[in-house]
Amino acid sequence: MQEHGHSLKSYITGFILAVILTLIPFWVVWSSSFSAKLLFGIITLCALVQVLVHLRFFLNISLKHTGKDYLTALFFAGVLIFIMVGGTIWILYDLNFRMM
Amino acid sequence: MITVAELIREHEEESLENRAYGFWLYLMTDAIIFALLFATYVTMFSNTAQGPKPVDLFDLQHVFIETLCLLISSVTFGFAFLASVQKKLASSVGWLLITLVFGLSFVVLEVSEFLEMINEGAGPQKSGYLSAFFTLVATHGLHVSVGMVGIMMMTCQILFKGLTKPVCSRLFRLGLFWHFLDIVWIGIFSVVYLPVFI
Repeated sequence: MQEHGHSLKSYITGFILAVILTLIPFWVVWSSSFSAKLLFGIITLCALVQVLVHLRFFLNISLKHTGKDYLTALFFAGVLIFIMVGGTIWILYDLNFRMM
Repeated sequence: MITVAELIREHEEESLENRAYGFWLYLMTDAIIFALLFATYVTMFSNTAQGPKPVDLFDLQHVFIETLCLLISSVTFGFAFLASVQKKLASSVGWLLITLVFGLSFVVLEVSEFLEMINEGAGPQKSGYLSAFFTLVATHGLHVSVGMVGIMMMTCQILFKGLTKPVCSRLFRLGLFWHFLDIVWIGIFSVVYLPVFI
């Protein structure tokens, strides 16, 4: 893979971004002055962005330079996770609702 | 005319590339395992069976320190890998040992949290919710522990074999594993711990 693409700069950028994206959700939950919906939104958004930050700066994945095989496997796993997790939660909540 | 040495080197490089890809496929399957444990956790969320509720069990400050430990260890592993690329043996081993210290503090914090919960009567057998919680979080903790064994083994390999091509390639794959675990932890603190305090 891209063993040579890593640099000190990418690790440090990644670390700073990750710390910021960790502090935001912890801080908003701690001080908790927003509505529940907004808090959920902030937590979800920060988590998704932080996953991308880790993939980009720590695992060094980029759409341009990473091999096709790696990206295909990554996206395929993403699709499987979406179907299985989304499906599980959908079906079980629906079931729960109908059993009430 | 290709010499035998060149042929061997070419073969070695190809073999190491294949291993990196194979390891990547393993990580993707591991991601699916974790995703399904998350799904189980979410569906079990309200099944506390008159047992303790999550909001009484978790300590946000504790989770925050665990998060920082894991994040710092991820970066120090990156530094160890960079040092290995630049063939700085001592600095590579040093960063690996620092990574080990942060990894160990993470596991110690997590185990102490588990023990505290079990002592309070909130063990995994108490309710469906707690079973799902312990399965998810402990699977991650187990992965981190295995990763730490890997770090110790790589430290020994670097010391005894030097920074040869196969050793660097193993260190790279272990790095993928270690960074991957940090990504899973983002999911854990965002899905398991933070929403409880809303």
